[in-house]
Amino acid sequence: MTTAPVELERPEIDEDVQPDFPWVTIVWNDPINLMSYVTYVFQAVFGYSKSKAHALMLDVHYKGRAVVSTGTREEMERDVSTLHEYGLWATLQQDR
Amino acid sequence: MTSGFRSVRGGVAINLNADEAAVLRSMAALVLDIVEPPAAKDAFEELVGIGGNSEAPEDPVLARLFPDAYGDDPEAAGDFRRYTEDSLKRHKRENAEAMLSALPERGGKIVLGKEDAHAWLKSLNDVRLALGTRLGVDEESYEAYLRGEKRFDSDDTAALHIYDWLGGLQETLVHALFGVNRRGG
Repeated sequence: MTTAPVELERPEIDEDVQPDFPWVTIVWNDPINLMSYVTYVFQAVFGYSKSKAHALMLDVHYKGRAVVSTGTREEMERDVSTLHEYGLWATLQQDR
Repeated sequence: MTSGFRSVRGGVAINLNADEAAVLRSMAALVLDIVEPPAAKDAFEELVGIGGNSEAPEDPVLARLFPDAYGDDPEAAGDFRRYTEDSLKRHKRENAEAMLSALPERGGKIVLGKEDAHAWLKSLNDVRLALGTRLGVDEESYEAYLRGEKRFDSDDTAALHIYDWLGGLQETLVHALFGVNRRGG
């Protein structure tokens, strides 16, 4: 982590510019992690409501995978690292 | 036998007898055994905070504990591993050490604050991933086993009992933590 630099002049940003392809974090089904645990992790890591976390867990379980977060590549690398700390099988990729 | 974790003010608590504490101590030791301390680094590596290894582990247990971050890009997966694997190793070892140091020799009541409870939660999960992967647990075979329709090798029976017990224990910890969060503690 680092401290913010002194205020710089902000460059003009075109509000309409969107990254072409956002990155996504995917959690894959695995036979060992408990369903309650996976739900808990989604709440603890992402601050999702219990119902959203539960729905994502069910997607992982029944569809084999679910996109659990979206953002920049750096953000997704952080999410994947955190999920690996919890032992979830997570990967990131560009959402094409 | 323990009834598992319950939420208490500011955290969770569990009562363990001496045998249960001994099982958990040996399981924490197992994680410390499997997850080696990060290799010593030279001054430059220390300075920039990277390790050296970019290869995915061949051992299935280690591969499960330290998965590739990029499923479809081996080069990016290798880079990611080089930068993050050491800190993940350290994290898993610290969790196992937290569990080990909180376990009284003769068992008894253990109270964990939220931070320690999370260290236990992750470490119990690491143990289950290690045992489950080693036992070759998959959903079908495990559910058949629970229904009494499948047997594992008799050599694996003890490990499987521990695996079952740890799953139940982890379940109570998850529910106790949901309770703590509801209380806002």
